[in-house]
Amino acid sequence: MLSSVGAASLDELFADVPEQVRLDRPLDLPAGLSEAELAAEMTSLAACNVPASELVSFLGAGVYDHYVPAVIDALVSRSEFLTAYTPYQPERSQGVLQSIFEYQTAVCELTGLDVSNASLYDGGTAVAESAFLASAKTRRSGIVVSTGVHPEYRQVLHTESYGCAPQGCGGNVIEVPCDGGLTSVDALRDAVDDQTAAVIVQTPSFFGGLEHMDQAAAVAHDAGALFVAVCDPLSLGVLQSPAAYGADVAVGDGQPLGQPMSFGGPHLGFMAVRGDLVRMMPGRLVGETVDAEGRRGYVLTFQTREQHIRREKATSNICSNQALNALAALVYLGWLGTQGLPDLALLCARKADYLRERLLALPGVEPYTVGAVFREFAVRLPVPAAEVVRALEPQGFLAGFDAGRFYEGLDDVLLIAVTERRTKAQMDAFVDVLARHLDAGGGAA
Amino acid sequence: MSERQTIFELSRPGRRASAAPACDVPARDIDDLIPSDRQRREPARLPEVAEIDLVRHYTHLSTLNYGVDTGPYPLGSCTMKYNPRINERACSLEGFRGLHPYQSEEHVQGALLLMQRLEGWLAEIAGLHAATLQPAAGAHGELTGLLLMRAYHDAQGRSPGTVIIPDSAHGTNPASVVLAGYKVLAIQSDERGGVDIGALRAMVDDDIAGLMLTNPNTLGLFDPNIVEIARLVHEAGGLLYYDGANANAVLGRSRPGDMGFDIVHFNAHKTFSTPHGGGGPGAGPVAVRDILEPFLPIPVIVGEAGDAEAMPGESGAVPGDTGAGDPAEAGRLRFDWDRPQSIGRMRTFYGNFGVLVRAYAYIRGLGAEGLKRVSDMAVLNANYLLEGVRELFDVPYDRRCMHEFVVSGEPLREHGVRTLDVAKRLLDYGIHPPTTYFPLIVPEALMVEPTETESRESLDRIIEIMRTVVDEARTQPELLQEAPHTMPVRRLDEVRAVRKPVLRAGVEPEGSG
Repeated sequence: MLSSVGAASLDELFADVPEQVRLDRPLDLPAGLSEAELAAEMTSLAACNVPASELVSFLGAGVYDHYVPAVIDALVSRSEFLTAYTPYQPERSQGVLQSIFEYQTAVCELTGLDVSNASLYDGGTAVAESAFLASAKTRRSGIVVSTGVHPEYRQVLHTESYGCAPQGCGGNVIEVPCDGGLTSVDALRDAVDDQTAAVIVQTPSFFGGLEHMDQAAAVAHDAGALFVAVCDPLSLGVLQSPAAYGADVAVGDGQPLGQPMSFGGPHLGFMAVRGDLVRMMPGRLVGETVDAEGRRGYVLTFQTREQHIRREKATSNICSNQALNALAALVYLGWLGTQGLPDLALLCARKADYLRERLLALPGVEPYTVGAVFREFAVRLPVPAAEVVRALEPQGFLAGFDAGRFYEGLDDVLLIAVTERRTKAQMDAFVDVLARHLDAGGGAA
Repeated sequence: MSERQTIFELSRPGRRASAAPACDVPARDIDDLIPSDRQRREPARLPEVAEIDLVRHYTHLSTLNYGVDTGPYPLGSCTMKYNPRINERACSLEGFRGLHPYQSEEHVQGALLLMQRLEGWLAEIAGLHAATLQPAAGAHGELTGLLLMRAYHDAQGRSPGTVIIPDSAHGTNPASVVLAGYKVLAIQSDERGGVDIGALRAMVDDDIAGLMLTNPNTLGLFDPNIVEIARLVHEAGGLLYYDGANANAVLGRSRPGDMGFDIVHFNAHKTFSTPHGGGGPGAGPVAVRDILEPFLPIPVIVGEAGDAEAMPGESGAVPGDTGAGDPAEAGRLRFDWDRPQSIGRMRTFYGNFGVLVRAYAYIRGLGAEGLKRVSDMAVLNANYLLEGVRELFDVPYDRRCMHEFVVSGEPLREHGVRTLDVAKRLLDYGIHPPTTYFPLIVPEALMVEPTETESRESLDRIIEIMRTVVDEARTQPELLQEAPHTMPVRRLDEVRAVRKPVLRAGVEPEGSG
């Protein structure tokens, strides 16, 4: 092959690389491995971890230990899906295009909104993108966000707004408190003004509270701002749809829809909008069309919004989606079906309610989250939450999330999630262990 | 053949693939649990199908797709190399996929060690000092890198407003620059396809925050003036950003850091062979020079993995004996959240971890020698393919190419054939076409990247097919103009998709967009 390209050596192929920037030594990396050796190393690295999926886990806070059905792995590992690039040649990519179109349909059904994109990176970037969309639509820069929105989503919003500040797009973020897991509508009203582009509220809130989204939407709309709902897709089996309470944009993380926890990624972010916002939507969109013989087919569409056409005038720099995760979410929703989604959501709500009542019966355990919840709630403990988490871990329980990690003054607040994978027996055992720990005076255990 | 149905059209009321687990707690009524004003009134209309319907439907859809596993995929700038199956098995291990991101550090020592090593390896490959694995994709890595650039200038008390980008750059570059709050200044390419040094000299001033470059660039050409380019930008106080989309050309041969770049993003799904998944998930880790390290996104992994820092499998060390597995040594790696100068957070948690596991396995399997061999073979394959097709097209920048090359389909226009037609006809012959109409500076561009994993026989077949198609263009142009002929659908009407948008199943098209 070298002779056919007129080169005497491999080195000659790199003649354009100036001498002074050639690497004159091997990279300082470990020597390669055979597949058998590599498999052994990966197995032993994995064995240095203790996966939550194999413990009795009440840890949620944005990532939930739901059962992932076998059919998802079977289908997303089809190599024609797995090893394809972005569908730039639609005639040879109908599989992924149709699956994204179906995914978009399912997200529209869940949220009640008109248009879904093909997915975004995760819930955090979806929130940030929603702020940019609102700024572009309203030509305003203020973002009012509840602290009941996942703390990491807000961190992403702050970080990405830092870059945008010079253009005034979403550069001005105001946070509104969410005491007891419910955002104060009065505080929202005080925070908005004629420069507010979006009001962003999450339901269930980070603490599990079921927000009064209709009231928050009214505050946003009265100020001429868009209302962005951050929601958990599984909760939409029992909770009002974003369209029903007046959301203009619905975003969130799709992890609960059949995505392994995987240390936090890859999952997917979703975004659905009112029809008139479609041209400001970030990310890919798939549309239906016909071929030269009039047969139905699918293509990437409204590409004039996107970076490869618009370059610096694009709505976003995104040039990918989480296609394989979107496929997994779609298969999951098909596996559940119209009745299965509310069934599963109700089951989670019943289990969470059971555990909440049992925990609140323990001496010294007080409610933190006010009112009804879905599958997650927070309680106040007589001892620091971090200490409880640490003490119960060796006994095989992940007690929940220590809210003090993100919220000042909430060191005694423990956030507890209950999925369908938790049995009554596990919950009872957890309550017993926690009771013993608290009995013993906390730290002593 | 009847029209392909959507999963929603396959739906039959009451049919289900799954049953919920039995309720082993009191089955309270929904009205006792969820206040009625916050309850859903109508269920979402999801597919109502049996599991076999799901499996057949999506198996069928998969057969309408084309992946690297199906055949050659010489899609320029996308590095469609083979994705070793062992990497898939690795990321499916329960010890990785079952981890919750908020588990205690004691429970995730293996994950932290994997990430810390991967950061170190990427920094070494880049010739830089530190790395973040957080960005979820290449474009996300670009934005991360540009925000790092901005934070660096801010910390110096400077606020330059412009980033220079060549006219051959990927579209994500200017889009990311704007998101990072900078203005784009485009610089033209010189007659050899590199950055026009004279123009650059005239352009650099106090307002330059930096320059973004892909090297080799999107023409597949290594910019031999890179050292001078770096000097000019640095002298003006700017930083150099390396778009790693084309890093597959230079692994172990030349390092961006040694070329003068300060910030590098890699596309794990290109260079490090994590599967593209039909458009994602990917990963866009970013490596930086030491001056930028304080600004990296939080959290940052710190600490030592213990005495077994020697790689498992090396020098007699027992695989897995990393120290992290030993309870006595546990907890030695941890996340540092207290980074006052950090830009903050680019996404939730720690990045697309499952993708990073695959990238780790890829680099670990190949080692230093294997990675260098990757680039050597990628460059050799591209040059071999270029020799094979050069007589068929125009070659606008006729130099030795790196891992990819760009030709122009301009000579076929006299037969009424466009590059798009060539691409569609290639589909009929069972290969994925090259990237078309990019870079923008070459008319009727075809951007070809065979990657190192195609054999000589496979390259010969691509050449043979291209020859046949160009021959057809001259003799039976309508064959190309009406292509594809053998795909599940004929050419699709993209204009109609915009004019009469249908973006979800079960609705009628709107009158206009």
